[in-house]
Amino acid sequence: MSFNIIVLAKQVPDTRNVGKDAMKEDGTVNRSALPAIFNPEDLNALEQALRLKEQYPGSTVKLLTMGPPRAADIIREGLFRGADGGYLLTDRAFAGADTLATSYALSMAIRKIGKFDVILSGRQAIDGDTAQVGPQVGEKLGIPQITYAEEIQSVENGKITVKRRLEHGVEVVSGKLPMLVTVNSSAAECRPRNARLIQKYKYAQTPSEKQTSGKDDTNLCDARPYLNLAEWNTTDVNADIKQCGLSGSPTKVKKIENVVFQAKESKTLDSSDQQIEELIVELISNHTIG
Amino acid sequence: MNNLFVYLEIENGKVEDVSLELLTKGRSLAAQLNCRLEAVAAGSNLNAIGEQVFPYGVDVLHTFEDARLYPYTSLPHTSILVNLFKEEQPQIALMGATSIGRDLGPRVSSALFSGLTADCTALEIGDHEEKKEGKTYSNLLYQIRPAFGGNIVATIVNPDNRPQMATVREGVMKKEIFDANYKGQIVSHDVKKYVSDTDFAVEVIERHIESSKINIKGAPIIVAGGYGMGSKENFNLLHDLANTIGAEVGASRAAVDAGFCEHERQIGQTGVTVRPKLYIACGISGQIQHIAGMQDASMIIAINSDPSAPINTIADYVITGEVEKVIPKMIKYYKKNSK
Repeated sequence: MSFNIIVLAKQVPDTRNVGKDAMKEDGTVNRSALPAIFNPEDLNALEQALRLKEQYPGSTVKLLTMGPPRAADIIREGLFRGADGGYLLTDRAFAGADTLATSYALSMAIRKIGKFDVILSGRQAIDGDTAQVGPQVGEKLGIPQITYAEEIQSVENGKITVKRRLEHGVEVVSGKLPMLVTVNSSAAECRPRNARLIQKYKYAQTPSEKQTSGKDDTNLCDARPYLNLAEWNTTDVNADIKQCGLSGSPTKVKKIENVVFQAKESKTLDSSDQQIEELIVELISNHTIG
Repeated sequence: MNNLFVYLEIENGKVEDVSLELLTKGRSLAAQLNCRLEAVAAGSNLNAIGEQVFPYGVDVLHTFEDARLYPYTSLPHTSILVNLFKEEQPQIALMGATSIGRDLGPRVSSALFSGLTADCTALEIGDHEEKKEGKTYSNLLYQIRPAFGGNIVATIVNPDNRPQMATVREGVMKKEIFDANYKGQIVSHDVKKYVSDTDFAVEVIERHIESSKINIKGAPIIVAGGYGMGSKENFNLLHDLANTIGAEVGASRAAVDAGFCEHERQIGQTGVTVRPKLYIACGISGQIQHIAGMQDASMIIAINSDPSAPINTIADYVITGEVEKVIPKMIKYYKKNSK
């Protein structure tokens, strides 16, 4: 028994380490000041995929990512950790997509990939925290979903059994393949990069990277076809332009505001014993504490 | 037609707080829009749902009774909402930003091609102009949420697609009885007309749901720690202070992500929203997502080594100093001065 596994992964700005130069003066986000990383929960999803592959030899793990050309980094990162290949979905027409337009584009790419048994993705991406794209891809493909997965327990007789971690407990659920599964950060951490795989895949590139690199790696890539990363645009995946990007997005951003707090009149204390004791005495006497 | 719908989450026959909070918000939005507030209950043993929700001002309660609809699974509940919404054409649909609402909402929005905004911290009604197309829209739902690591607050609208959908976390909206004697109408639907057998694609084999042991939402005093606490060990100081003064321990997302503390204690947009009478923020810089979850505290004390931390601007008392030194002093002087 072997499975075709697709992992949806996103390159995201590292919003957890936002520095002071993250915002431009006009209040827009300075994306170039934020490091681009593999969305953390997508790494948890990749680990579940790689475990399935180990358990069921002959299974394949392919990454699918949508983003600008530099998102090819995500595919290489996946290859370094054990994936078998990947697809970069990139086109200016995808720009400005909300979750619905994103899931439409991803679902068209998955249709193009063709065979799949399990689609895995992180529960949510740290730049939006919506947790919407996974379920929406499932709906577009007409397959069921299991969200908030912590562990894939087994895949037997065409059924996948998954432990879910919810706000107030756990659930074990089971359903027939094909299935879309979104994975929580409470799941096992992704294995590190493998030195041998880094050697193998470090020159892996998309056609447009080949064009812009200035180096001629044609011979190398011809000799090692696994170094050719697939790069698809809207036409390649037969996407209806109207359903992509801004025009395919029912939600519109009306307004973006920089955050300004309504400053209160606050009392500043130092950390001396006297000032802290005075504060505590005040809190006790006005019944705030005690 | 064109009413405001709230999806009800039901556990053991009881409507969850998050849904009652949405009904409260929904009631006031419906009044502004001059439309009806309708609620959807899908599950088994729904007899007592009406009496639970009518006091919140529900005009119509749609019930879908079938043993297979409890516990929740994605596809059957999706089919119910999708097919009901096709008939009823709601203008707005709200659900909790819970593991159920965040599983269900995206599927429904995808099937209906309607926009969905996750984790809203405010919902308002207002007008909108699409300048490029020269179109104006009145009475849209403003879906307001912090975005991008909390550095900005975005107002999202869905000009053309219905329903306008949004999810909201538990505790963000206030829960308030509208009229204890309010009487709505119950419409019970034939589940077979809405759900097909193939929708029961996922089976729940085991389920252990516990009410949370940690009750930061209802705690009158909260001692919360951020990334500035530095370590899990230093978080023990917060527990010491909390135990001494009778408080609960909370945390910022950065502290939870760093593994200092369990996720259930997370306060903020992607955690719990709290309104305690006293909030002691220790080593918390004060990203908007955190502030969104605690700014309604009656009194805020911020302890931070950085005198320019954003949280200081909303604090009543700012203690500039190292948390490791300040907290033990607070414990010491509380013990000395309390009777």
